[in-house]
Amino acid sequence: MAKKEVSISSLKARKTVKETILYVILGIWALVNLFPIYWMFTFSLKSNAEIYGGNVAGLPNEWLWSNYAKALKTGNVFLYYFNSTLVAVATIVIVMLAALMATFALTRFIWKGRKTMNSFLMLGLTIPIHASIVPVFIIISKLHLVDTYIALIVPYAAFSLAMAVLICTGFMEGIPIELDEAACIDGCGTFRIFFQIIVPLMKPAVATVSIYTLLQCWNELMFATIFVNGGSHKTLPVGIKDLTGQHLTNWGPVGAALVMATFPLLIFYIFFSKKIQDSFIAGAIKG
Amino acid sequence: MKKIYSSKWKIALFMAPALILFVGILVAPIFMSAYYSFFNFKGFGAKTFVGLDNYKELFTSERLRFWKALGNCCLLAVLSVFIQLPISLFFALVLGKGRKGERGFLSIFFMPVLISTIVIGQLWLKIYNPEYGILNTALRALGLESWTRIWLGDPKTALIAAFIPTVWQFVGYHMLLLYAGVKSVPTEYREAAMIDGASEAKVNRYIVLPYIKPILRISTIFAVTGSFKSFDLIYVLMGGEPGNNPAVVPTILLINQGFDGGRYGMGSAIALLLIILCFAAAILINAIFRDRETVSKKRKRG
Repeated sequence: MAKKEVSISSLKARKTVKETILYVILGIWALVNLFPIYWMFTFSLKSNAEIYGGNVAGLPNEWLWSNYAKALKTGNVFLYYFNSTLVAVATIVIVMLAALMATFALTRFIWKGRKTMNSFLMLGLTIPIHASIVPVFIIISKLHLVDTYIALIVPYAAFSLAMAVLICTGFMEGIPIELDEAACIDGCGTFRIFFQIIVPLMKPAVATVSIYTLLQCWNELMFATIFVNGGSHKTLPVGIKDLTGQHLTNWGPVGAALVMATFPLLIFYIFFSKKIQDSFIAGAIKG
Repeated sequence: MKKIYSSKWKIALFMAPALILFVGILVAPIFMSAYYSFFNFKGFGAKTFVGLDNYKELFTSERLRFWKALGNCCLLAVLSVFIQLPISLFFALVLGKGRKGERGFLSIFFMPVLISTIVIGQLWLKIYNPEYGILNTALRALGLESWTRIWLGDPKTALIAAFIPTVWQFVGYHMLLLYAGVKSVPTEYREAAMIDGASEAKVNRYIVLPYIKPILRISTIFAVTGSFKSFDLIYVLMGGEPGNNPAVVPTILLINQGFDGGRYGMGSAIALLLIILCFAAAILINAIFRDRETVSKKRKRG
């Protein structure tokens, strides 16, 4: 009897040791993943002298909030912000409209090729964005659209479309067809059913797709570097990259620009982390 | 009801915006890429048909470093599958079991995915900086002066130094996908196994892993194709010049040839090879996973 008790308690002890080790690992990994945020913030408040002096990762000796003013004034961060936001919003609107309409045709209408059409659109999930960059650039330069917002909005929309349709399909199939039937009996046409019944019920899908699309285009670098390299249409990633490329870079304001580009997204993430994570899961799991 | 949902012109109307976008920006350009790849083409003026010369040059020219780039992205794919995915799977299993602080850890681990590559790149540049970087400073403080080096400039370390951030940044992404899978395992399965006396490791091995196999497959595909397409971090860390970049990848060549060098034909050839590579990898991975599934089914029957 006594022997058994000992073995149970030693088992328990072993279990607590194991749990403690697991939590230590989790804690270390959490620190590794939080470090960029800490680093960015402290970096943004330092002077070049301090950074070159070996204090890259510690707390700043002197908290230079003026770096933020400098970044806004000389770094054009405000402009890049505006550009990124405008591109993202326009992309989301286009993707949403195209995806909702296509999903409506694919899930509600009865026609022969709809399964094939759906698989055709789903090809977009695997096609890498680079695949079409050369021809798209040639088209865009022939239309004299290099260094415009459209040069980014249209490709971004095209590349988010497949995922948007995938997410919307899942949600729209969940809306009972009886609703359409009732509306039809009440004398609604296809367009009223779409705009007044289906679209308002698709709000969760709209949120998921918007978040997904926003994150896709907010951080995109390759198209942005090539399609808007000069001019005043640069998005945040390109603008900040160019700031760091200058000779005699003044690192503090660059850090401030990094913070201003990243923190709003992170704050948004803190409040909507579940929703944001779901938007990433939604596509992958169903695909 | 049937009547309003079978009108041909309405179907066309509702499909039109998506199709125009999709065909115009994705499908047609791929065929254009294929077409351009047989030409010497500077984007304006005349195209000269050169047959397979672009491909020939790509495969034989030392200067272009295509094989090096291809080898590098394959190495990155291997690192992703055998280092990144196991780490992601470990955290997904640990958190998915339901532990205190699970949501908090999950949210923190996912953060690097949301942070712009520019930020991640700048951070690692400051870690690797030979003069004042965190890594060398730490080594000096530990008295390991001889270990310090120009991490991104030394051909011996540059490749691995450039790939570590790439692998690290997306651990959280795969973890999230796998975590969602682990969470979808019905609790009854888990409980039944526990009652039968299975340890946590055994539950993971025999219940959870087979259950989340479809997600493992998708994660593997994303990890491999993502490696083939990787661009951002390498570009930020090593610059866009492929010449003496030990971590050169195909996308860097694509941009360098196609845009900086104005050789649209060559750029198209590289782009096309990349697509083929991605599709081939996806098909291969699907086949590997399907093969295993049928094998295990057969065994059960036998």
